[in-house]
Amino acid sequence: MEAIDGLTLGFTHALTIPNLGWALLGCFLGTAIGVLPGIGPALTIALLLPITFQVSATGAFILFCGIFYGAMYGGSTTSILLNAPGESGSIITALEGAKMAKNGRAGPALATAAIGSFIAGIVGTLGIAFIGPVIVDLALLLGPAEYFALMLLCFVTVSAVLGGSALRGLTSLGLGLTLGLIGIDLQTGQPRMTFGLPELYDGVNVVLVAVGLFAVAEALHMAWRHHAGEKAEVRPVGKLMLSRSDLRRSFWPWVRGAGLGFPFGVMPAGGTEMPTMLSYYAERKLVAPEHAHEFGTTGAIEGVAGPEAANNAAAAGILVPMLTLGIPTSATAAIMLSAFQSYGIQPGPLLFETQGQLVWTLIASLFVANVMLVVLNLPLIGLWVRILKIPTPQLYAGILVFATIGTYGISNSVVDLLLLYGIGIIGMFMRRFDFPVAPVVIGMILGPMAEQALRQALTISQGDWSVFVTRPGSLAILVVALLALLGPRIYAVWSQRAAA
Amino acid sequence: MINRIAVPDLLAGLFVLMLGLVSLWQASAIPVSPLYAQVGPKAVPYVVASALTALGALLVLEALRGGWSANIAELAEAGPPNTKALGLLGAGLVLNVILIGPAGFSIAATAQFVMVAAAFGSRSVARDLLIALPLTLGVWFLFVQGLGVNIGAGLLEGLVLRLMGREVF
Repeated sequence: MEAIDGLTLGFTHALTIPNLGWALLGCFLGTAIGVLPGIGPALTIALLLPITFQVSATGAFILFCGIFYGAMYGGSTTSILLNAPGESGSIITALEGAKMAKNGRAGPALATAAIGSFIAGIVGTLGIAFIGPVIVDLALLLGPAEYFALMLLCFVTVSAVLGGSALRGLTSLGLGLTLGLIGIDLQTGQPRMTFGLPELYDGVNVVLVAVGLFAVAEALHMAWRHHAGEKAEVRPVGKLMLSRSDLRRSFWPWVRGAGLGFPFGVMPAGGTEMPTMLSYYAERKLVAPEHAHEFGTTGAIEGVAGPEAANNAAAAGILVPMLTLGIPTSATAAIMLSAFQSYGIQPGPLLFETQGQLVWTLIASLFVANVMLVVLNLPLIGLWVRILKIPTPQLYAGILVFATIGTYGISNSVVDLLLLYGIGIIGMFMRRFDFPVAPVVIGMILGPMAEQALRQALTISQGDWSVFVTRPGSLAILVVALLALLGPRIYAVWSQRAAA
Repeated sequence: MINRIAVPDLLAGLFVLMLGLVSLWQASAIPVSPLYAQVGPKAVPYVVASALTALGALLVLEALRGGWSANIAELAEAGPPNTKALGLLGAGLVLNVILIGPAGFSIAATAQFVMVAAAFGSRSVARDLLIALPLTLGVWFLFVQGLGVNIGAGLLEGLVLRLMGREVF
């Protein structure tokens, strides 16, 4: 089996002292930023991108994946103790978790979240190890036309299917695609969308956009909405124990959550919101009748165990399209992809062959990270609670310090800072008007790759556009994309007619 | 409520429309490549810019029909913007941009830290200063020494380096 050999190779490299160190640092940082509201893995990895000039690719990616996984663990702590989700995937956890905390059951809620995350993380990582090579084999059959179709599908799902409104999601995507076009065209050397400014010839920096949208915009939006004296209460943790009945009630939700989350992560539908929501509704339906009344009242442990497992399994799943196809389906994955690019490594089907050691070490490190995280999370809960208690003024002031240095460090240019603030202001209004920000980052990074695939496909076909519909693979993907875009609307019209 | 023009939403839509038109203008300004290519450098920019323009027009249309903000509870229930907090935060950012060149990162970021903390309701400037100075210095050393980011030493960083007996670069 390819996976077994790969994992054996991976573990021999992952279990060396430096790589264990990177994993531990990543897990620690990731949990901390996951716990802190207003700062997430995408922003953290963007700020740490300069590390790619200092350490080996393997070390950097172990660090980044540790942060990615750690943020998923940390986010649940905030959801449960503060009733404010630390990460978007933890929104659902806050529903039941915060109610349990309110009723003095924060300990079991945290324990079931951590153990559920662990089980799902292991299941998800096994999924990467065994499904990854299969997808690679399939992906090697794809030509540029199919790749382009796949990227279009990804654009549709991240912008139009997820989130509140297809129109606003697509607008965010359009903004990202436009930002991605700025700079010199790689095929012909022509400057594009630069307003004739030489400063823009190198394109807009991804770090700058990510920091602007995730840090500056968040701070500005919080200030806009800030009202004095508003401070959520951190609930006491109590005893971190799962009773026998808690364990029995958590077990199947963990398994179901993990099983539900992973495929959602793998599909180019990106994001952890949908599987966590589905898991929540599933557990609510499947709960034993004697505990059904706890949902929405005192807090049901099933409603924490399932979504938390789904959240982590989906997070693991997101790494599959990134590593095997080179297609990022979340903002964090997009930033990691740009880190690959700064090493001159192109993720995609060839990655498993050309960088086999890197890939398998990374996957093995994900197992290591999961073990570290469950160990870090439960005994060190006191530390995370203290991080949680950092007051808002100092927290946002601190985030902006990091935003400033991360941006100013790109080229010591005040122009970059002004651009950062400009993007921050746009991001603030995007929040105000409910435009999602993740499609901007994904569009900016995936857009140029999609254009390249398009032009390659048309060069091969000698300029014949019908290549996208005559190749069966490409046609099938395009039909799915079209259905994803129009399906919900057609269904709405149809059900309205049926009702009338 | 229905069919009333939502002015803020209209402005947001018009902004997107404007972005789309500016992109169209920039797409048309791309010089035609002398190199042969099946798809030139202009094609994709035209498609993206047209799409953005169309989306802007659709958003304007939606705003004219009552907009979307009123239907989103979180947006509809929010109070008026806190102009004082926004003003303080904005002033902090501006101060940072002004100071970072002449005084260096730590001083500029400390000034920004104090202003931002004040924007979010912190009352003790002295305490914030005491937090900000070591934090910004620490962050500077972390990025310059740890991550190898090239940020020149300002007044404060130079002073600390000299105290440590090291060369100021």
